[in-house]
Amino acid sequence: MTTTKPKAPTLPVPRGPISEGVLSALRGDPTEVPAVDGAAPYGDDLQLALYCCYELHYRGFDGVDDDREWDPALLTVRAELERVFLNALREDVPTGTDIDDELNGLLVEHLDAFGISHYLRRRGELWQLREYVAHRSLYHLKEADPQTFVIPRLDGPPKAALVTVQHDEYGAGDPERTHSKLFADMMAELGLSDVYGAYVDSAPAAMLAEVNFMSLCGLHRGLRAALIGQFATVELTSSPGSDRLVKAMRRLGCGPAAIHFYAEHVEADAVHEQLIRREVITPLLRAEPELTADVVFGIRSSLFLAGRLEEYLFQHWRHGESSFRAEAGVKSP
Amino acid sequence: MAEARRRVIVTDEGPILVYGPVDVEMSDGTRVLSDRAVTALCACGRSGRRPFCDTSHRRRVRDEEGEENTS
Repeated sequence: MTTTKPKAPTLPVPRGPISEGVLSALRGDPTEVPAVDGAAPYGDDLQLALYCCYELHYRGFDGVDDDREWDPALLTVRAELERVFLNALREDVPTGTDIDDELNGLLVEHLDAFGISHYLRRRGELWQLREYVAHRSLYHLKEADPQTFVIPRLDGPPKAALVTVQHDEYGAGDPERTHSKLFADMMAELGLSDVYGAYVDSAPAAMLAEVNFMSLCGLHRGLRAALIGQFATVELTSSPGSDRLVKAMRRLGCGPAAIHFYAEHVEADAVHEQLIRREVITPLLRAEPELTADVVFGIRSSLFLAGRLEEYLFQHWRHGESSFRAEAGVKSP
Repeated sequence: MAEARRRVIVTDEGPILVYGPVDVEMSDGTRVLSDRAVTALCACGRSGRRPFCDTSHRRRVRDEEGEENTS
């Protein structure tokens, strides 16, 4: 095996004046980023600008100086973008303080629910499944990374249990078994590019917003409980959803790597959901009960944002249209 | 030695959680290995991936009629 230095992703195409300004600042050009107030909080322009700011904390960009990560001017813009995004979520997501109720709600299987995984399982077409995987790659090619940021913000039993889950996500010491690698293998098998960042330009704002919410909560100690809520939502709902995707892959005749990614998640997340509830959330809220509302906020925001993506995909697929952004100039896979 | 004993959590709601790698012998003699830090073993009998839990123990609800179906 040869080891080559991985190439950082190329900068995406701007989607409006704010992202244009942020991209220009990233390249090091003297830039005045326009006022953020009044920008659509879940819109393409704001979400792409925020996504690019966060990406500096993950893999960076080709041709962008690593020092931009802690550039005070960019951090000021990032804080403005975060404020608009967070305020919108606080407004759109009802508050709650009953954590047991909240978690129990996620543990019920709704037999007549019809989300993306139900659709793909029953009658989705291969091109739709491939688009779904391409969009999801924005998270899964860095699967578990946003949640890793929360580790130093925890202590004692919740920290130990969260690391146990992350150890599993990162392949328990085997780089071939990291969930991001399993996802990349699936992409390659489905004929998609497994290059990190390849599908940013084609991804809708709703997909960027889901990943941005993870980065936002992971990078702010004050939102650590919301990050736990976000993580819990994924882990608690993943097993049944992954099982439906395994069935979708089988029905559509996909190969073993494609099936393996979701099959692994059925089993792994059946364990993770138990650990997150019993060993992370319970001791965390016993020690700091005042964090309850933020855990609930994290759960409800995740569901809200996932619902927006689902709506976007159905809006396009219902008419047989690609969910890839046409403006991106990237053809559907 | 007490320290060497595995931690096992009986959840009642669903699986039995076993800490550390496990080597499970099934009733037909086949053996199934899991190297996870924690393994969730099916205790409700409904899993499609026995001996492992696949969350099939969960309560199922049909929203339209508001009826519960726990089978």
